Amino acid sequence: MSHYEVKAGPEAFLPPAAATMGNILPDPGEAHIGGKIVPEEEAYEHAARKILGAKVPTIFPGPLVLWKWNDHVAAKAKAIRELANEVPMRLIPMADYRPKYPKIDAAVEINPNHPNLTIWHNKIDVCIFIGVHCHQANLALKMIRASTNCYTMAMCAMAGHEDACLSFRDADLEKIQRLTAAVKKLKAEGVEVQANSFTQFQMDRSGFVVEPVN
Amino acid sequence: MNKQVDLKGKRVIASKHVKLGQKNRKGQTYTDVNDIFYKAEQTPNFLTGSEVIKEAIRRASVGTSVAYPITPQSEAAALIGELYAEDYLDEYFRGESEFAVMGQCAGASFGGHRVFTTTAGPGTLRAMENFPMWAGSRLPIQVCVTCRGINSPLSIQPDTLEMHYLLETGMLVWHAETAQDLYDYILKGFIVAEQPDVHVPIAVCCDGFFVTHTKDTVDLSPEELCLTPYNPYESPVTCMDMEIAPYRMMRDPFVMKSNYINYSTHASWQQEIKAAVERSRKHTIALLDGLIDEHNSDREILIVTSGTAVSQSREAIRLLEEEGIKVGLVKIKTVRPFPYEEIKRATKHAKHIFVPEFNVAGWMAREIKSTIPDNERVYCGPHVAGGMTMPSEVIVEEIKTHLGIKTAQNSR
Repeated sequence: MSHYEVKAGPEAFLPPAAATMGNILPDPGEAHIGGKIVPEEEAYEHAARKILGAKVPTIFPGPLVLWKWNDHVAAKAKAIRELANEVPMRLIPMADYRPKYPKIDAAVEINPNHPNLTIWHNKIDVCIFIGVHCHQANLALKMIRASTNCYTMAMCAMAGHEDACLSFRDADLEKIQRLTAAVKKLKAEGVEVQANSFTQFQMDRSGFVVEPVN
Repeated sequence: MNKQVDLKGKRVIASKHVKLGQKNRKGQTYTDVNDIFYKAEQTPNFLTGSEVIKEAIRRASVGTSVAYPITPQSEAAALIGELYAEDYLDEYFRGESEFAVMGQCAGASFGGHRVFTTTAGPGTLRAMENFPMWAGSRLPIQVCVTCRGINSPLSIQPDTLEMHYLLETGMLVWHAETAQDLYDYILKGFIVAEQPDVHVPIAVCCDGFFVTHTKDTVDLSPEELCLTPYNPYESPVTCMDMEIAPYRMMRDPFVMKSNYINYSTHASWQQEIKAAVERSRKHTIALLDGLIDEHNSDREILIVTSGTAVSQSREAIRLLEEEGIKVGLVKIKTVRPFPYEEIKRATKHAKHIFVPEFNVAGWMAREIKSTIPDNERVYCGPHVAGGMTMPSEVIVEEIKTHLGIKTAQNSR
């Protein structure tokens, strides 16, 4: 059977789930790039290069790292902020999975029911899912592949995602830090950050504390 | 279609559950499934299939089981009630109907319990709406389906037509040939269905009466070992709640507020369930030693089937061998995921492929026909239905007739 390469779209009106095309998830110690199983070490550098080469690299933190439901999660959230600061990358949360009505505010949130709207609005060309429940991540990853040209990556705490262009598995605190270290290493070797400048928005219950500036 | 998963002798990933090695309230030790089946000594017991279900559930760390009577699963459901009385389960009760039972199972599973139930025939069909709901909600509930006739006039006897209705529900569907299979599949089925990348329900099917009500020698793992518990924190979805973020799915069902994007989400959701079933291959192959078993599959004449039709075929092959007719056998263990590539490979050299089935539709033959090249090689039969037995001699007769070999029957 021919290898089904998972790459940035737009791929099709309704692309297939990569698992139904025969792609399998990595085992512990492995990752996948484009559907090909590779040693995890190889994926760190590949991911770091993708991030540094992007105009609008963005992290989508999900509920599993946005809410402090245990101490480990708090440490992970801090590590994610460090990664974002190191590049720098935008942080746009997927705070919950409810459909957004009457309409999503695509500048400050992403939702698994229409993730392409956030990608389009912010012109995101590389993104990382962290802390999104696997089912919802796979939904969103397929839809992003369907209709956007965004290169998707997943730092999955479970078994990984075939529907991302690149996926780690068992992504704990250490693995997030290793990705940050890979970014630092490439920068030290002279790889320049291609990201557009921006101001990270901040909100509280009353609205913006810092408005996004692209 | 799937590609062949090469496991290189790998086992399913060992449990890291916090309770691994600890004792439960019955003094059983929570043990990794690999150790239960591949390290612990298995002891032969002479049991009915219903008793085997009980013994599997005794070792399965099940939280909730819901029962409703319908032949031929009633005895198994009652025996699980005995386990509850002995304090092996947290919850056990009788539902109001099969539909209610499956809804109650969903509630228990949403709440984080490992859930097991049994049903059969018309009960399976009455419960049907719940099965794709379970799958769509990513609930790894196990239902043991003891297949029987579903149609009017009533038949309580074995018939596998109900399995056909389960094929596109998004559940894993495994088909046990023997009571031994049934024991193994129930315990291993929980482990595969609960993998975080799978996490869909599983129907462990067997042919009613032939398996449930006959005694057979079954190797059981030690009673003092039990599976590690279900870990709801490894679920690929949040706990479903009517009101509270992040899910609040029931109040905000995206399909009801329709526009293009919403339907795209729904399509992606359905794809994800199919993907989850596909992902189960890796774990299933490791635990069941492949999705199919093969015996002399390089022969020109093959029987490919599942369930007790396999047992009848084994004897038919022996009878044919006595007459110098060499026939190979492919036993299908999982119908979902379907072993497309495995069957394609195993039937590569076959000129005649026979598919004996205990149902009038011949759904298994259709599945095989849609899988392999040159599918005119597939002969859909012999069939029996409505509770008829399938004597091995009938299989022999039909094979010989199709091959143009004279028999007392076909030369009349």
